[in-house]
Amino acid sequence: MPRTVRDVVFVDGVRTPFGKAGPKGIYHETRADDLVVKAIRELLRRNPGLDPKKIDEVAIAATTQIGDQGLTLGRTAGILAGLPQSVPGYSIDRMCAGALTAVTTTAGSIAFGAYDAVIAGGVEHMGRHPMGEGVDPNPRFVSEKLVDESALFMGMTAENLHDRYPTITKQRADEYAVRSQEKAAKAYADGKIQQDLVPISVRRTNPEAGETGWGLVTADEPMRPGTTLESLSGLKTPFRVHGRVTAGNAAGLNDGATASIIASEDFARENDLPVKMRLVSYAFAGVEPEVMGYGPIPATEKALAKAGLSIEDINLFEINEAFAVQVLAFLEHYGIADDDARVNQYGGAIAFGHPLASSGVRLMTQLARQFEEQPHVRYGLTTMCVGFGMGATVIWENPHFEGDK
Amino acid sequence: MSTTAELLQQASAQFPDEVVTSAHVRHLDLPFGAGRFALITLDNGLDHTKPTTFGPASLANLNTAIDQVEKEAADGGIVGAGITGKPFIFAVGADLKGVEILKEHEHALAIGKGGHEVFKRLAKLAVPTFAYYNGAAMGGGVEVGLHCSYRTVSKAIPAFSLPEVFLGLVPGWGGCALLPNLIGADKAVSVIIENSLNQNKQLKGQQVFDLGIADALFEGADFLEQSLLWTAQVLKGDVTVERPVIDRGEAWDQAVARGRFIADSKVHGAAPAAYRALDIIEAARNGDLQQGFDAEDQALADLIMGGELRAGLYAFNLVQKRGKRPAGAPDKNLARPVTKVGVVGAGLMASQLALLFLRRLEVPVVLTDIDQERVDKGVGYVHAEIDKLLGKGRINQDKANRLKALVSGVLDKAEGFSDADFVIEAVFEEIGVKQQVFAEVEAVAPAHAILATNTSSLSVSEMASKLKHPERVVGFHFFNPVAVLPLLEIVRGEKTDDASLATAFAVAKKLKKTAVLVKDAPAFVVNRILTRFMGEIQNVIDEGTPVEVAEKAVEPLGLPMSPLVLLELVGPAIGLHVSETLHGAFPERFTVSPNLKAVVEAGKRGFYVYDSGKPELDPEVAALLKQGDSVLTEEQVRERVLDAVAQEIGLMLDEGVVAEAQDIDLCLITGAGWPFHLGGITPYLDREGVSERVTGRKFLAPGVASVPA
Repeated sequence: MPRTVRDVVFVDGVRTPFGKAGPKGIYHETRADDLVVKAIRELLRRNPGLDPKKIDEVAIAATTQIGDQGLTLGRTAGILAGLPQSVPGYSIDRMCAGALTAVTTTAGSIAFGAYDAVIAGGVEHMGRHPMGEGVDPNPRFVSEKLVDESALFMGMTAENLHDRYPTITKQRADEYAVRSQEKAAKAYADGKIQQDLVPISVRRTNPEAGETGWGLVTADEPMRPGTTLESLSGLKTPFRVHGRVTAGNAAGLNDGATASIIASEDFARENDLPVKMRLVSYAFAGVEPEVMGYGPIPATEKALAKAGLSIEDINLFEINEAFAVQVLAFLEHYGIADDDARVNQYGGAIAFGHPLASSGVRLMTQLARQFEEQPHVRYGLTTMCVGFGMGATVIWENPHFEGDK
Repeated sequence: MSTTAELLQQASAQFPDEVVTSAHVRHLDLPFGAGRFALITLDNGLDHTKPTTFGPASLANLNTAIDQVEKEAADGGIVGAGITGKPFIFAVGADLKGVEILKEHEHALAIGKGGHEVFKRLAKLAVPTFAYYNGAAMGGGVEVGLHCSYRTVSKAIPAFSLPEVFLGLVPGWGGCALLPNLIGADKAVSVIIENSLNQNKQLKGQQVFDLGIADALFEGADFLEQSLLWTAQVLKGDVTVERPVIDRGEAWDQAVARGRFIADSKVHGAAPAAYRALDIIEAARNGDLQQGFDAEDQALADLIMGGELRAGLYAFNLVQKRGKRPAGAPDKNLARPVTKVGVVGAGLMASQLALLFLRRLEVPVVLTDIDQERVDKGVGYVHAEIDKLLGKGRINQDKANRLKALVSGVLDKAEGFSDADFVIEAVFEEIGVKQQVFAEVEAVAPAHAILATNTSSLSVSEMASKLKHPERVVGFHFFNPVAVLPLLEIVRGEKTDDASLATAFAVAKKLKKTAVLVKDAPAFVVNRILTRFMGEIQNVIDEGTPVEVAEKAVEPLGLPMSPLVLLELVGPAIGLHVSETLHGAFPERFTVSPNLKAVVEAGKRGFYVYDSGKPELDPEVAALLKQGDSVLTEEQVRERVLDAVAQEIGLMLDEGVVAEAQDIDLCLITGAGWPFHLGGITPYLDREGVSERVTGRKFLAPGVASVPA
């Protein structure tokens, strides 16, 4: 039977404010599934044109799929969010690129014609589910030297990436981190971020963590506006003696959730839904697990090749700042300046936080806002590195693009 | 220290066992830049199975929280303040244990004042206040929110009520004065009087909103977030709350009159709470809240020091606690599993039992009878009832299919009962027939099977006496209508063993019945008392008192229906049969009324005709009555009837028919619908001096259902 590939669009995306993982974090007493449920509900409130009955899938990513992140979260979150029982759902895992993969996997199904509209997102509550919770790596990884022992420790892989790019010094990484905090603070001051945040009610019963009772979270907890090079220079390098990676030039351990509506362009237009970005191509690539931060480079090469584009065609970049070095390696590879204005205009994960499987949709939501504001830009990309040696890239077209003037 | 704080501290000293609720103050930034906000969370630190309540120390905590918020509001530190509860619970009102221990009028007055003094501060803050009813809210929980400027309610809340009148109190922390001024007198009467007296009916979130108690309704999934967003919009002026204008004219009079009509029809003036509440609602018309609050304080104190409330609390505790943990029941671990049920007989009672077992146990249920036609009729009845449940949406098609597949009927008891764990008989009330039936069942049922009888008047021990294994026979006496009345009298025969009894209690629990252990004594509890009661009514009628005087004489008891209407419901023939049985057992106290006999022989099904729309004595019955010439007044009739009841209860306690008087009351409340505000009957008999006059003692120790000494 003849088929036509359909255009897929990013309709809208929201996220919870991100929190710091741990007993004093804002979400310490909040369930992971509740975070993603509230994001889904906000998305539906913002897009009344989307009849919930017409949602074909709920794809929710989480890295640690146990407890409140288990039980086939896409399905259970759909029910908890009040979606009709007829709407199915499933869970996705590609560690840090979970939500991104939820988007691309469902987008592929939309292009194929299996779905018209979906909810795609992710959640990670790293306070309730610390990295590595319940893992059981096969001993052959080490005995057969399939991967280096450092591969499971993300900070160590970042140090390894510094080794690969000797010109990327701690100084450069710290400078990048300071800029990220500055850009994020400015984006907040300009009201760029808040518009896509879902307020979350949070309960606290432990007086050591602050005022007890119910509160409301309306802003990211990890932000450190006013961060200076001096304040970063003294931080410890926990992953290597005399190393370069610090808590200041990396994303922290965080809690948060994201959700987006992905649809065929025809469906979006017929249902008066916004079209914020048009999907051009996506690609994933594997690299040595011990330098997983290198992943975005080959993934982007692949995605560009599939799109028939070159890096010069990309005028907005949303790169996940798991580590400053990983962004800098990407920029160095493509000959882009560390402080290029096209890159992470609102700052990145170093400031906002990186709740692993949720982050992909945050990148998209921010890129979508930048597209709206910058109709001279035609193409942008979202990219991230992924644990165990992978990279993930999605190239987007700006539907507001006004042509070359 | 303010006087309120002192008052609460004194009250708190008398109530050391209070489960104390904290009032946490937490600050947050409202969305849309609406400003800094203080949110108070009521939380007793326990999970949702232990709802948050207000005792004196809890009120003191809230008072302290309001001290802080009041200052911040005055200083401009906050733009608004809110109050909400822990997950699933807002607050369920006053801690009743703290009410039970009060002995002095002034302490009772302090409870009312203490709540008022704290709550009304919420209305006087320099900033608007908001209540977010996130979960169950009752009594004082509802009232604390009524003092706020605005309210939101969750669509998910299962229970919202002002149950005070049901218990024998008035909503006394602002409810009576504030609610009619918020939603109008008629709706307030529905909530405060009608729902309370209608078995404490609860409102759902949607109704709370529809009634106008809450200004906004949000779904449970993100209730607090949406409430706070709404709060921000209200404070910024983006949302304006509009409430309908209250009709303070004739509608107010009509509402109060309607309330009095409801109260009269439910308690017949016998319990003061509803009337006190209506007085305050009536006076609240002028909008003078302080006057209303003062009246609430006074009413609360009077009621707390009165017997009706104590009886009401006693009854509430009987049903909620003793009803769930039956006195004298053996260790529940002895109970054997019941995976299949047999029912001997397929008549109406048997079919109703089959339906009940089927619905609650969801195991195969087999009916047997003497011919196929009866068996088919019994199974047909069960199928038809399942279809009714399906039609009403109470069960879905899958469940209906499942239940229908589980019920069957056979002629051959061996085929039906060979693998049954529990067989209940509901055949003709004749000892020989019942013994025969049990012998047949024993021959085919497994050795462990319980043999239960639904007899209302025969001896369980005698029924078991000819069996090889009499230790597995228990009485399982239901009350009509089986689906409605919660009581199940579980009768221990002389030889019944603990395992069989434990199994019977386990089954009762699954059937969701209130089980009471009773001795194998004639007519057990409810029928014995009701028959003595009715017998005395009939005696005075037979002796010459007009029917209407006899009927009216017991109205102050607030029974669900008059004696003769009850007799009509039971069926005069059955009533006669039971009175004959009891006459056989206790001829000196239980009489058989010749007039009743005449009515039965004439084939009359009742005493009244309803042609005019209300009951009037059937002229045909009137013609049958042969009365003497001793005409008593209502008071004299009441005294004779109550004396008889007290005498019978005293004898039953002496005989050990039940463990304690509490079980008598529990039986009367759950099996005969006797009212909460009398505490069944023994608190009333004690209070009115009847028990002492007749038996020389009170049935209950002081403080059990009365103001402690």
